[in-house]
Amino acid sequence: MEPRVAVSERMRLDLPLLFGVLVLSAFGLVALYSAGGRDTDLVVRQAIRLAIGFGFMCAIAQVAPRRFFSWAPSLYLAGVLLLCAVPVLGETAQGAQRWLRVGPIRFQPSEFVKLTVPLMVAWYLSRGDLPPRFWRIVLGGCLTLLPVALVIRQPDLGTALLVAASGAFVLFLAGTGWRYIVALAASAAACVPLLWHFMHDYQRRRVLTLLDPQQDPLGAGYHIIQATIAIGSGGMHGKGWFNGTQSQLDFLPERSTDFVFAVIAEEFGLLGILVLLSAYLFIVYRGLYIAVQAQSTFGKLLAGALVLTFFIYVFVNIGMVSGILPVVGLPLPLVSYGGTSMVTLMAGFGIVMSLHTHRVPILR
Amino acid sequence: MAPLLTTSESSRESLLFSMRAVGAAVIVGMLTLLLVGRLVHLQIFKHQHFTTLSENNRVKIVPIAPTRGLIFDRRGEILAQNLPAYSLEVVPEAVEDIDALIAELRGIIEITGGDEEAYFAALARKRRFERVPLRLRLEDREVARFSVNRHRFPGVDVGARLIRNYPLGELGIHLVGYVGRINKRELDRIDRADYRGTSHIGKTGVEASYEDWLHGTVGYQRVEANAQGRILRVLERHDPVPGRNLFLTMDARLQRTAEAALGDENGAIVALEPMTGAVLAMVSSPGADPNLFAGGIDVETYRALQRSPDRPLFNRAVNGQYPPGSTIKPFVGLAGLERGIDHARGTSWCPGWFRLPGRKHRYRDWKKYGHGRVGLRDAIVQSCDVYFYELALAMGIDRMYEYLSSFGFGERTGIRLGGESRGLAPSRAWKRNARDEPWFPGETLITGIGQGYVLTTPLQLASATAAIATRGVRLRPRVVDRAVDPVSGDIERFEPETIAPIRLIESSNWERIIEAMTGVVHGQRGTARKINDGLAYRLAGKTGTAQVFTVRQNEEYDARKLDKKLHDHGLFIAFAPVERPRIAVAVVVENGGSGSGAAAPLARTVIDAYLGDDTLPPAVVPGRPARSAAANDGSGPALAATVHPVPG
Repeated sequence: MEPRVAVSERMRLDLPLLFGVLVLSAFGLVALYSAGGRDTDLVVRQAIRLAIGFGFMCAIAQVAPRRFFSWAPSLYLAGVLLLCAVPVLGETAQGAQRWLRVGPIRFQPSEFVKLTVPLMVAWYLSRGDLPPRFWRIVLGGCLTLLPVALVIRQPDLGTALLVAASGAFVLFLAGTGWRYIVALAASAAACVPLLWHFMHDYQRRRVLTLLDPQQDPLGAGYHIIQATIAIGSGGMHGKGWFNGTQSQLDFLPERSTDFVFAVIAEEFGLLGILVLLSAYLFIVYRGLYIAVQAQSTFGKLLAGALVLTFFIYVFVNIGMVSGILPVVGLPLPLVSYGGTSMVTLMAGFGIVMSLHTHRVPILR
Repeated sequence: MAPLLTTSESSRESLLFSMRAVGAAVIVGMLTLLLVGRLVHLQIFKHQHFTTLSENNRVKIVPIAPTRGLIFDRRGEILAQNLPAYSLEVVPEAVEDIDALIAELRGIIEITGGDEEAYFAALARKRRFERVPLRLRLEDREVARFSVNRHRFPGVDVGARLIRNYPLGELGIHLVGYVGRINKRELDRIDRADYRGTSHIGKTGVEASYEDWLHGTVGYQRVEANAQGRILRVLERHDPVPGRNLFLTMDARLQRTAEAALGDENGAIVALEPMTGAVLAMVSSPGADPNLFAGGIDVETYRALQRSPDRPLFNRAVNGQYPPGSTIKPFVGLAGLERGIDHARGTSWCPGWFRLPGRKHRYRDWKKYGHGRVGLRDAIVQSCDVYFYELALAMGIDRMYEYLSSFGFGERTGIRLGGESRGLAPSRAWKRNARDEPWFPGETLITGIGQGYVLTTPLQLASATAAIATRGVRLRPRVVDRAVDPVSGDIERFEPETIAPIRLIESSNWERIIEAMTGVVHGQRGTARKINDGLAYRLAGKTGTAQVFTVRQNEEYDARKLDKKLHDHGLFIAFAPVERPRIAVAVVVENGGSGSGAAAPLARTVIDAYLGDDTLPPAVVPGRPARSAAANDGSGPALAATVHPVPG
């Protein structure tokens, strides 16, 4: 074996994927330094988080895929139980109850569920023939919707959306017939009024604000208006690092977390954004390639669903910041400041790498 | 581990999965393109639009109020200036416990419950980092006491702004005027941009009529502000242009003398320089302290001033309209001479009354048993009414009107002092238009002695008197002599302005009238002979007594039986020296009784003061006095460090 291959093989890491993640993380740190007002501490804290994330990724990449397979049901059950424990034992922050504290460690069970749902659905579907039959689709759907319902109750619309998407992607990749997909989409559309009914006021306002931000320019519409001004005024080349007036002068809210994309768009312009999108697209396509290369149905479904969920992160965040989707509290993956979702994302990449690096050479 | 192994079954599944994966890849690509499309739309096509919005977000314009011009008298005595007023200001975000802070501040500075209330009211309208005044108008002692203890109060500071101050108080308030808070009506009239940052505006007098000169031009700073409005840096600064300093034609010393002469009486005195039209003194009594308005007058005091029956805020000199009484006689007499009316060259027999042919009504003379036989000169000297009844009747109202208007009666003098009253010189046409009534001969008679419809302002009287003094040259009364630019020192003079002169057919008629007026003061039987004692110069004048209350035919005027408000107004017009007149004066003492007793002595006092004062320069000294230079060069040295622009 070549020495170069030997290193990554021994580390169980996929070099292209690792490269993409590193590039994005670096890009994120650069943007954060400016968005945070040259706050070195902020960058260092984010770097530490990234390092912890990388640790998780490397650790999980060492786990053999068959372990994921065999642990899937128990992990899923643990996730659901933790979610059930949140309303009873959880801590409340910013009007939502999402956190569980175990000793010194505080975590969101909903993050954990983002991984266990695709694991479980992929486990379930891969045990039968593909494409899955009607009842298996229904059961797969139920496996997804149970934790989704629990997350919605917290309430955490953004995470619920991602969890639902991760389950749905498994079903889609498993070859669920188009008529089922259409029927599912139709019933989802039918659920919209029902969903509206269950939404909190602030969630409804976000949707209304998207339709007409000017209606409430200082309230809910302020975020969107200032973000679009930041993006639009960035132009082709951007105003330059540290020179984004919208972000540096505080007009842009949450500029190092959910709205960091607007800072990048303002300071680095369309060109910077294209670089960022290319990096994301590269990671997603590499992930899909790994999924296609995976040697088991379980691995294919899991890897595909994980990278597609990653893409949903990107799409929803940028769509929200640029004003074509409602404001859903989702960070820009690997770039936004914040730790919880980062670890989950890195763990996901760890699983994908594990699937790719544990392949058994096929002898024909 | 069966599902993990590859079989032919699983290779079919693998193909299915690959197709789905490709489908997913295509959808991912399409969604990415959707995002790119949106971004291209925002960043390329609407770039200009958003750039504008972002600039507007970022750059704010902060006005810097100009320093108001100062007002001096003709010799450079300060009449209106700008003084720093100190207030205690708090930056809310720098204070943790405001109640504790106020409690502690009370140890060194008096803070009333009202102050506290006003603070919290203002707090609601301000941002957390903007200064909010806690106590206004600190005394010097309090400023000093706070300064020593400043370190104990982070977030508290003394702020200074300039407020208008009138060091001489009431002196010349009606001429100088005062400033007050800009009200809604004024806001609609002024150029709002020019008054951003200015809270006060001239309300009356020169302060109002020369507002354009005094105000200056607003400066501004283009600043970069963040979303909270906090100013981060100044991008560009345009200094304000301070207002011009004005030197009035008025002489503060003469003004003081005139005001003292009038004392507690209600009335007005106007003194003009005949050859230039310069207003040397302009008194309207009673007055009020203009500092009350500049410092923010309270409602109670303002109401009291407005409702006072003595009307202290009313400028009697230009807005008071009085019947001229006998002071009109020289003008009527001159008209008679010029018009060649036989009667003007003849005499009248005055039995003490006059009766129109065929009528019963007796028009009385002020002297019950009459003046006997009098000509024009004696009629003026003794102020015989009967003579002027006959002259007026012979002349007719329209010819009388013609002459009266040529002296400016019934017309605004055009003084630049806002809202001047017109007075009234009656005529047939006027009565037809205004009242839709015919003119009656009896009205001609009483117009001839300055009663009836005829009304004049003290300023008009003084101006007409000056026209006699100059033998027909008329100058528009003016109050400002020159404007001095406080920065460059450039002087701009307001030149005397002549108006249509009075040309006589027979110019010796001037001397006849003036000789008669001199007789009023210097003659044996002159009505104002009491004031000629020890006169060092020759003084020409004419007394007048204007009826406020009409005495019935069979009654006599008895001051003792009448309310003071119904007493006659005493009037006197005069100029001196007769040969080369340097001052013309009109005096009106409301309800003062006779012109000879109430008004003439005041005119003498004023004229004595003016002619007797050797220090008075004949003309205004050019240049600016030293005090003006230091006091208003845009930013006084003492203030530069502490004054900050006060918004609104």
